Amino acid sequence: MKDRLIKIYHGFGLPRLIISVFLLALIIVAAGTDLSVPGLLSDSLVRIGQNGIYVLAMIPSIQAGAGLNFGLPVGVIAGMVGVLVSMENSLMGFGGFLVALLVAIPLGTIAGYLYSLLLNRVAGQEMMVGTYVGFSVVAGMCIFWLMAPFSNPALIWPVGGQGLRVTLTLVDTFGGTLNNFLAFQIFGLTVPTGLLLFYALLAFLLWLFLRSKPGVAMEVVGRNPRFAVASGLNINSYRSVGIVLSTVLAAIGYVVYAQSFGFAQLYNGPLMTAFPAVAAVLIGGASTREAKVVNAIIGVILFQTLLTVAMPVTNQLVEGNISEIARVIVSNGMILYALTRVTGGEQA
Amino acid sequence: MSVPVLEMKAISKSFYGNQVLNNINLTVNKGEIHCLVGENGAGKSTLMNILFGMSVITDTGGYDGDILINGSSVAFNSPKAAIEAGIGMVHQEFMLLPGFTVTENIKLNREDTKPNVFSRVLGRKMETLNRKKMASDARSALDKLGMSIDEWVPVAGLPVGYLQFVEIAREIDKENLQLLVLDEPTAVLTESEAEQFLTVVQRLADSGISILFITHRLDEVMAVANHITILKDGELVRSGRTGEFTIAQMAELMVGRKVETSGRISSEKREKAKTKVLEVRDLAVDMPGERLRGIDLDVYEGEILGIGGLAGHGKIALANGVMGLYTSRGQVRYQGIDVPLNNPREALNLGLAFVSEDRRGVGLVLEDSIANNIVLTSMQTQEKFLKPGPLKLKDQKQITAHALESIERFDIRCTGPEQIVRRLSGGNQQKVCIARAFTQNPKLLFVSEPTRGIDVGAKSRVLELIVELNRMGVTVVITSSELAELRSISDRIAIIYEGKLSGILAPDAPDVEYGLLMAGKSLEEVGIGERQTN
Repeated sequence: MKDRLIKIYHGFGLPRLIISVFLLALIIVAAGTDLSVPGLLSDSLVRIGQNGIYVLAMIPSIQAGAGLNFGLPVGVIAGMVGVLVSMENSLMGFGGFLVALLVAIPLGTIAGYLYSLLLNRVAGQEMMVGTYVGFSVVAGMCIFWLMAPFSNPALIWPVGGQGLRVTLTLVDTFGGTLNNFLAFQIFGLTVPTGLLLFYALLAFLLWLFLRSKPGVAMEVVGRNPRFAVASGLNINSYRSVGIVLSTVLAAIGYVVYAQSFGFAQLYNGPLMTAFPAVAAVLIGGASTREAKVVNAIIGVILFQTLLTVAMPVTNQLVEGNISEIARVIVSNGMILYALTRVTGGEQA
Repeated sequence: MSVPVLEMKAISKSFYGNQVLNNINLTVNKGEIHCLVGENGAGKSTLMNILFGMSVITDTGGYDGDILINGSSVAFNSPKAAIEAGIGMVHQEFMLLPGFTVTENIKLNREDTKPNVFSRVLGRKMETLNRKKMASDARSALDKLGMSIDEWVPVAGLPVGYLQFVEIAREIDKENLQLLVLDEPTAVLTESEAEQFLTVVQRLADSGISILFITHRLDEVMAVANHITILKDGELVRSGRTGEFTIAQMAELMVGRKVETSGRISSEKREKAKTKVLEVRDLAVDMPGERLRGIDLDVYEGEILGIGGLAGHGKIALANGVMGLYTSRGQVRYQGIDVPLNNPREALNLGLAFVSEDRRGVGLVLEDSIANNIVLTSMQTQEKFLKPGPLKLKDQKQITAHALESIERFDIRCTGPEQIVRRLSGGNQQKVCIARAFTQNPKLLFVSEPTRGIDVGAKSRVLELIVELNRMGVTVVITSSELAELRSISDRIAIIYEGKLSGILAPDAPDVEYGLLMAGKSLEEVGIGERQTN
């Protein structure tokens, strides 16, 4: 029994244990104030499902040796175009959601492939280059949003009729489609079943891929490219596979995020999407060289719950709006912590 | 007789308890060319590092013994001190700045300067270069060497042979130069350049500078040396005037081993089939530092072919070239089928396997488990260890079973198949590499430097494993820097010299023949008849 506990502890890791204890403490504190604990937990569940796919997107790029995918906005924008095409045609419910995916996935594949061609040329500096690719793509797309040939009045500026609005609402189209699917209440807790199921499905598919022959090849390429060459593998093509997968997951992630959030924020909206996802996967125990699906799952649960619970609790305890500052410190601090542990693996 | 320029007395040095030099005595007289001869690892560079007060020596606890320059005892604690005492060194790798001119390289950090307005205020660091004086100094240094190149051309475009001369010009420009150390200076030169070089060395010696010349080329030694010292395994084997040696004797002294009488592991002579498995024709491999310049070699079915030679001569490149890991040209036929070069996948598909000399860099995925390391290559190239079905999922059960079997068969000491390979000792890592190659079920196995960096016990186990695989019908091509090891298991041994095949010997051929081939002499040249080797 003792051995098993020690083994579980080693598998889980000290950082995650500390965060879990801290989280538990926060929840207990929350219960002491006039905050609704089930409400906080319901919010957490929604945010876990909403952000979970972005965190999954980190895994293929890490495994392929390209590090954390700071260029997540490349995929997010593909997802955004998907959502917009679906909204342009005023598609509702699951139809709208599926059409958004059908547009987003091929676009994400193309964008991801082009992005991978770039990253293959800057091997070793993917994270730095990716960050700026992400920023540049967001800025470049600002021009596109202004000139894009959308004509649905719900999307474009009401006066002048040219260019897309900054914030679009999905309430009338497919907002909440997944969240409300099979949703139920228990102990005052609302469970967004569809959202969580969809997330679980993608996590399972990714897990399967990582155990398949190409998945293993991708991992070998990431861990030791010279070994991979000696085993007859083409390094660049497997790196591309990882980056394309990551970008496509980001595209799907955006469609899911938008339907859950209920709004689509264009222009500078996706600028920072990569950072919380990076922080989450690192909290989950991944390093810049090695990541498992379970790291992404644990990470998104801890990170999003922490943010959801910590914000109102600190607001209750401390006068003034300190929660936003706390969020920035926590998420960037986590990235910093994890990047200093590049050796990663078992120690992280 | 006058006081010797350099005397090294009873020099000993050990690195972490590992004796690399034992009681070496060396005397260099004024105007003498003293040749230092020995295999790689004989201790030549360590001796020179001691002479130069390099930090590798001082950081590891210094050395024992005395060094005397012109009769007075010295102990250099930095190369700068050695240079100030009048010792110059020309390195094997060129230490020149490509973008600078010949003059600037010769005068680097010893520039002639003249005062100007700023220097009077701010000190000597601000003085202007006296380019005219520098150019004329450089010119005269070059003239001394009989070099016609202009002193103002940038070094970048000069042919390799010239760079060596620029380096020497830099050394002789130092006014107090008494002793010049040349570390394998002719290794990168063509034959005619080397000849010119030796003339220059001779001329320098005549002008009164003593030369300590390190080389592998025994005919050069015979041509220029006054005095010869032979090192082997950190010991001085023999030292004497040039007239006391023949090339054959030198070769024998250089290579011969006093140990390794353990006998051949594969002692019984086998009836070997005469079927060629692999035919290599004019293979040139562009592997940095180990270039192969066109080699013809046949490998017969069922044999163990050893590939030997000194470091840097290209023996390592053969396996890497055939396996497609480095750019190569030429023709390789395996069982009558052309092996496409520069394509590792095709080589693997044809049933060739490779245990790389770079165990940690190429041979293993260090962060991965033993089990995965063993099966990865087979999984990717032969679709083994996969569950049936379109998804091609890996079959963990089968992988674990195979890993357990391999651990048993290859005697890998570990906590279990899931242990991370990085945690294993060198010998056990090597066994994992061999297990991986074996899992590919190869017909022809290339093994490079299988015992490098592993302890003695594991060494013999690894060699036994290779012989066992050979007994099971795998043809083996083994490359090793340790001749004794090759001779203990090979059926034939090919010696590579300067990227070419120098000759093929039987494992029981005398030391002298090995020494000669490794020094680039053919056997007929020195009057030893061609032996039947196959």
